[in-house]
Formats: sequence, structure tokens, C-alpha cells
Amino acid sequence: MFKFFYHYSSLRNFYFFSEKLMPFLITIFLGLIIYSLYGALISAPADYQQGDSFRIIYVHVPSAWMSLLVYMAMGLSAVSVLVWRVKLAEITLSAIAPIGATFTLAALVTGSIWGKPMWGTWWEWDARLTSELVLLFLYLGVIALLRAIDDRRTGARSASILCLIGIVNIPIVHYSVEWWNTLHQGPTVSKFDSPSIHIDMLIPLLTMTVAFMLYFIIISLYRIRSAILVYDKETQWVKDLITSSKREQI
Amino acid sequence: MAAFLSMGGYAAYVWSSYAITFGIMILLYVHTKRQGEKHLRWLRRHIVTRDNEK
Repeated sequence: MFKFFYHYSSLRNFYFFSEKLMPFLITIFLGLIIYSLYGALISAPADYQQGDSFRIIYVHVPSAWMSLLVYMAMGLSAVSVLVWRVKLAEITLSAIAPIGATFTLAALVTGSIWGKPMWGTWWEWDARLTSELVLLFLYLGVIALLRAIDDRRTGARSASILCLIGIVNIPIVHYSVEWWNTLHQGPTVSKFDSPSIHIDMLIPLLTMTVAFMLYFIIISLYRIRSAILVYDKETQWVKDLITSSKREQI
Repeated sequence: MAAFLSMGGYAAYVWSSYAITFGIMILLYVHTKRQGEKHLRWLRRHIVTRDNEK
């Protein structure tokens, strides 16, 4: 196991391994997103209380889950940067932060749009919404710190410390609807023993979430592979790759 | 079709949510691809300059 991680934490090995992976991931992603959109907009029945406005759940909830998941992935990268000084983790941290910020922004905006017809307001300073907004600021803080420091390794270490401090916000976002009396509804899907959502509504939600995960992996790989070439620009393998290849895309 | 598009009177909310979510996802994809191509062009110039200096 250790040997596997050691092998693929090498920038060169990771670059070529991920190149083979990409076509499969893109094919599965496209299939899943088409299926999920059909399920979300056509086959899932309207909610008995919220009518068709509930269909916002299929973009809002996967975005919100991904905002938490990407931050946890950043947390793992931050630990690898600070403890083992893994170069790939430094690159990963800076590559995935903008993706996490994108999902967080999507969750906030779609939540706000959903809130208007259901709650009668675009925004409410309740625990779930506020902690999600704090999460967006944490992402922006990590991105700003990475860009503000010229030395790549120092920047990655500083951003890792900020990322790990901010990880305390993750359980606050997740459990805010249980710990405080909020306007935001309680968990409906994460109660795996008895989810309070019908199976016909649940399946497109889960497939859309997997599609969003694949999107995250695909965009991360694009960004990481591009950054690897710049990071390792003085090495022979990058020179060989650039000079021998006539490709316009990485 | 009209009933589908009207989303039970919530069309503005539902369609704008989908448009914003997929819009920013597409924008991030385009930005990532352009950045990758920019890196590649910069690397080609960097390698040529380095080889000429040698």
C-alpha cells in the first residue's frame, strides 16, 4: 500500500497514470450527467409540498456536499504538505481550492434562489447559511494566501495551516441544522437508515452527486497535470514531453 | 412542453439554479483548459530559451 502511494506520489508517474485515467472518467461523467438531468427534471415526481421548485435540490445538495468534500480533500493535502512535504500534495492543494470555492458559491447561490419561494427571503443569517458562507471565505483565504507568497513551498505551508485551522468549520456546517434551530431544513438524505426522501427522488440525487464528484476529479486532474509540468520544468522528462509532443492540450 | 418549461410556476427559480450551477462549472472547465494551454506555450518558450542559452 505504502509502495503504491510512494510510486504515484512521484510527479512523473502521477502525470502518466492520470493521462490513462482521463478518457474513462470523462465517458462515465457524461453518461451520468445526462442520466441525472433526465431523472432530476423529468422522471422524478414533483414534491407534494414544494411542487417543482424542489428540483433545485439536484444542483444545490450535490454542490453543498462537494463543498465539504473538497475541503476535506484539501485538509488531507495540507497534512501531507506539513508532515511529509509531498510535492504532489502542494500542487493538489492549490489545484483543488478554486474547484471547492466554485461548488461553495453554487451551493450558496442556488440555496438563496430556492429560499426565496420557500422561505420568502433570499438570505437569512442562520447557522447553516452563515457557516457555508464562512467556508467560502476560507476557500478564498487559502487561494489568496497561495497567490500572495512568491515562494511556492512557503505559500503551500502557510495555506495548509490556514486550511487546517478552517477544518473546524466542516462539522459546524454539517451539524448546524441539528445543533441550532435553523430556518434550513434538517437532514433528509444523510439519515441512511431511513432517508425521508422517496427512492424515485433519491436516485437522481445520488447519481448527480457522483457526476459532480467525477467533475471534481476530472478538473482536478487537468489542473494538477498542468501544474506538474510547470513544477518539474527543469527535468528531462518534461523537456522530452514538450519537445516531442505537438499537442496543444495537456 | 409548456408545462415542463413552466415548472409548476417556479420556472425562474428552477432554470436559473441549473443555469448558474452548470454555467460556473463550464466556466471553470474553460478557464482550466485555457490555463493549461497557456502553461504549455510558456513551457515551450522556456525550453527553447534555455536550450539557446546553453
